[in-house]
Amino acid sequence: MSFLLQVVRITIPYALAALGGALSERGGVINIALEGTLLVGAFGGAVGAYYTHNALLGLLCGIGAGAALQLVHGLACVRWKADQIVSGLAANLLALGATRFFLKLCFDSTANSPRIAAWRTGAPFLIMALAAAFLAHGLLYGTRFGLRLRACGEHPEAARTLGVQVARVRLAAVALAGALAGLGGVWLAFDQHKFVDNMSAGRGYVALAAMIFGKWRPLPACAACLLFGLAEAAQIGLQASGIGLPTQLVQMLPYLMTILALTGGGGRARGPAALGTPYEAE
Amino acid sequence: MNQLAVELRGVSKAYGPIVANRDVSLRVRAGEVHALVGENGAGKSTLVRILYGLVPADAGEIWVRGARVAEPSPARAIALGIGMVHQHFMLVPALRVVENVVLGREPTRRGRLDLPRAATELSALSDRFGLRVDPWRRVEDLSVGEAQRVEILKVLWRGADILVLDEPTAVLTPPEVRDFFQIVRTLVGGGKTALIITHKLDEVMALAERVTVLRRGQTVAELETAKASAEEIARAMVGRDIAAPRRAGAAQLGEVLLEVRDLSIGTALSGVSFAVRGGEIFGLAGVEGNGQSELALALAGLLEPEPGSVRTGPPGPPAHIPEDRHRRGLVLDFLVEDNLILGRHLEIWGRAVRPHAERALSEYDIRPAQPSAPTRALSGGNQQKVVVARELSRRARVIVAAQPTRGVDVGAAALIHERLLAARADGCAVVLVSAEIAELRALCDRIGVLYRGRLVATLDGPSATEDELGLLMTGAREGAAP
Amino acid sequence: MTMRRALLGPLGALLVATAVGSLLVLAYGQAPAQVWMLLLRGTWGNAYGIGQVLYKATPLMCAGLAVALPLRAGLFNIGAEGQLTVGALAAAVVGAHAARLPAPLAILLVIAAAALAGGAWASIAGGLRTRFGAHEVITTIMLNFLAAALVNWLGTRWLYLREAQHTAELAASARLPRLAVLASALHGSAASLALLVALALCGAAAWLLFRTRLGFEMRAVGLSPLAAETAHIALGRTTFVALALAGALAGVGSIAFVQGYKYYFEEGFTGGVGYMGIAVAVLARNHPLAIIPAALFFGTLSQGGLVVNFLVPKEMVDVLQAVVIVAVAVASAQLGRRGRA
Repeated sequence: MSFLLQVVRITIPYALAALGGALSERGGVINIALEGTLLVGAFGGAVGAYYTHNALLGLLCGIGAGAALQLVHGLACVRWKADQIVSGLAANLLALGATRFFLKLCFDSTANSPRIAAWRTGAPFLIMALAAAFLAHGLLYGTRFGLRLRACGEHPEAARTLGVQVARVRLAAVALAGALAGLGGVWLAFDQHKFVDNMSAGRGYVALAAMIFGKWRPLPACAACLLFGLAEAAQIGLQASGIGLPTQLVQMLPYLMTILALTGGGGRARGPAALGTPYEAE
Repeated sequence: MNQLAVELRGVSKAYGPIVANRDVSLRVRAGEVHALVGENGAGKSTLVRILYGLVPADAGEIWVRGARVAEPSPARAIALGIGMVHQHFMLVPALRVVENVVLGREPTRRGRLDLPRAATELSALSDRFGLRVDPWRRVEDLSVGEAQRVEILKVLWRGADILVLDEPTAVLTPPEVRDFFQIVRTLVGGGKTALIITHKLDEVMALAERVTVLRRGQTVAELETAKASAEEIARAMVGRDIAAPRRAGAAQLGEVLLEVRDLSIGTALSGVSFAVRGGEIFGLAGVEGNGQSELALALAGLLEPEPGSVRTGPPGPPAHIPEDRHRRGLVLDFLVEDNLILGRHLEIWGRAVRPHAERALSEYDIRPAQPSAPTRALSGGNQQKVVVARELSRRARVIVAAQPTRGVDVGAAALIHERLLAARADGCAVVLVSAEIAELRALCDRIGVLYRGRLVATLDGPSATEDELGLLMTGAREGAAP
Repeated sequence: MTMRRALLGPLGALLVATAVGSLLVLAYGQAPAQVWMLLLRGTWGNAYGIGQVLYKATPLMCAGLAVALPLRAGLFNIGAEGQLTVGALAAAVVGAHAARLPAPLAILLVIAAAALAGGAWASIAGGLRTRFGAHEVITTIMLNFLAAALVNWLGTRWLYLREAQHTAELAASARLPRLAVLASALHGSAASLALLVALALCGAAAWLLFRTRLGFEMRAVGLSPLAAETAHIALGRTTFVALALAGALAGVGSIAFVQGYKYYFEEGFTGGVGYMGIAVAVLARNHPLAIIPAALFFGTLSQGGLVVNFLVPKEMVDVLQAVVIVAVAVASAQLGRRGRA
């Protein structure tokens, strides 16, 4: 039982960030900023919960922080056509610097926040993550917005000739991605009842890897997250029981599998056609 | 039915120093097929993009059904019942037909997309206008003709009654062209208005009631096809009697320098064989999309033909003037002198670059005559001269020139023709791929006609007639075996 | 683009960064003017400060080149961090075993080891790209994490000293002298001759790009792959070489630390320098010579953060760096667009 709980614990932030990544990238915006979004989500959640003494308000703060960071990324690369990769990396750097700065400012610490009021159970997050997975799937394939989003990611000019406002659709997707990844970050903070410096610890990149492994589709991306979560939990379990499998090899797993997916193992992973290209109306 | 469906008044548009449209007016009556004709680069596409709100005009007004359009945008155009079928299809390959059609105007039921309903409605629409296509197939799996039907369906789905068709037949096979004509007639019979952009006069004469002629961005004529001849329209388009340089005397034939046998490439080319001798220009005629692009790339060694094909020629790559000079011929962000050595940089380097550039600039009258000018800043004709100068200065014995004068001004075209004839006089084997019948007849010793990836006929250049070539190119007549 | 135009972006970025930074300083209850003055005086105002800026700028130059060079060939190398790490470990291991070689040879051998290891690591991404078409942005990110895990595994299993989390020290002959041997005023700072190596590499990269046929081919591929292909330039080979060279450049970036400062390898020493290389390249608009001032700028920020840390948290400069990157990226997109119209 505790093993399953461990898997769920690990998978939740991966899945939420990967879902955000899928929405953003299907609309044509590369999202390397997931890492920073998890981090600001965690920080926002912790700060909110600390000052309001209310977990729900903290959660909303975290979601808002995630969306805000992604909007900065979105404005830079959708509205102003900055390179999406550069902008994403800058967002990550911004997240790391800003959370450290405000950690010092708010809590006078370089390591972590004080204990925060958070839910004692992860159940709400599990429910939210599951709901998010199916909602993201439904949104992408079953709604007007989803169809337009996919069109913007594949052929923005075609979408525009039909009156779709490409920049607006992409910005909405990026904001949504921020909210989802922000929620994932809140879980990181709530799980430990505090914010810890750089607590995203590369999870955003694992989520990115899972999203690619899932071929940019929400449900397979979540399945990939679960797979990565299983491997990680198994490794922790083995470690505890004294069976020596090098930690590092398990850590490598998501990255190796992603490379494998890109080289054609299990069907070539191909991203949206217009991924990474800013769209500019004349 | 003399009400105007669309009127453009005094429309002007410039891209930097290049004027695309200057004070253009256009009047399309409701219920007619109106043709907008002009040479490549005459400003037709820019004009209709302005009409559809894709490009803002610098000056001028758009009127639709007697009302001025204040802020043009694609959404506004759609709302006014204008639908555009783009020359390069605006379809999302990864999406299904029905998804492409409903995009931007999606039917929903309780917040969710209602694709089944849309598919049913789409089928009804298809039946009504004879536009058969399966709504559930992915666009990437469709043939070109089917994709175009989807484009037209997109427009009809939006309830458009004014259809703008930008070079609709450029990519179609002749049977598809016939189907397309039928579709247009059905549409207009059903009360729609069609504006067709083209440079093919047979289509104009067959379909349109009236025609507006653009030349160098300006309206030069507005004619009724019933009262005008094709020759009259052609003169208005070109604005001159075509005085192309002619071959000087009969060919001084040398040995065979280039030979292909049974050349096949995917579905584009099958079993093409011909040989070109030194001292002759061998023309390849064909409507776009009949395999000539692939053939030129294969001759230049850039496309690997299917096994079994035989290519023989002198060692080393031939001189190659590629069809797409912006993407293949030049690195637009390079300096002119860099482009003049592109692909020859292994032989010309360091101190040799500048003199090489200066020689080429003066020999080909490229302006501005500055080796360090950015290539992007040159006009189309001068850019093409850079390509021609580089390739012909290789002194290769075989020259492959694909559409060398497309979109090039008259002066540059004359110079390019002159140089190709000079190469012929020097004993080179020249392959000239062109869609311009006049160009082929003026320059070529022999003309091969490509139709659907096959070499269907080889004619004697000087005696080939325009009619004969036209019929062969469109598959209307089968050629004698070459 | 004219010189004045090229400077417009960075200057604007600096202005925006100063404004944002001032807000942060105010939020912390300090006077912006005082903090900025202190930052300047603590970096360029004294010999030690200058030395530290030079030390920090050294790996930034290499990492900047490792991003800028392949970008000229149309390839986005996000893997400088991993290439740097792998290069550092190789340099440390080779240097520790070079005791019997004379100094110049040992030093060169260590640099070569760093370059080879970094280059080999980047070649994986190059091979994946040319063989399978796997996009280098994703593979280099993945390779960064693989490098971190691999190095950690190799280190803890075999290479680290029993009592410490780092490798054995370099043999004395394999160490690079400090810059203080040339300018005694720099005494005490960590700046070493690695700076000269980095400067030379900037010059060499500029020469390669603008004076050699390989550079010509790389630029052609970067600006127009189709035109390059039509000119019979081998795309795969150019791609592979560009990435391998980038990896080698990144790898050499590690010597400032391994060969010139600590004399051993320890994890986390990069402090994200590989990622900062992207910032340097963006600010320098991928020009190898402009990399030098760009790296000095970010080196100044990084050292300046430490200087003002007792007034405002040094992480303020991380925020400023991010602001500069975004502003420059936006400016170059906007200016480049208008310049082309």
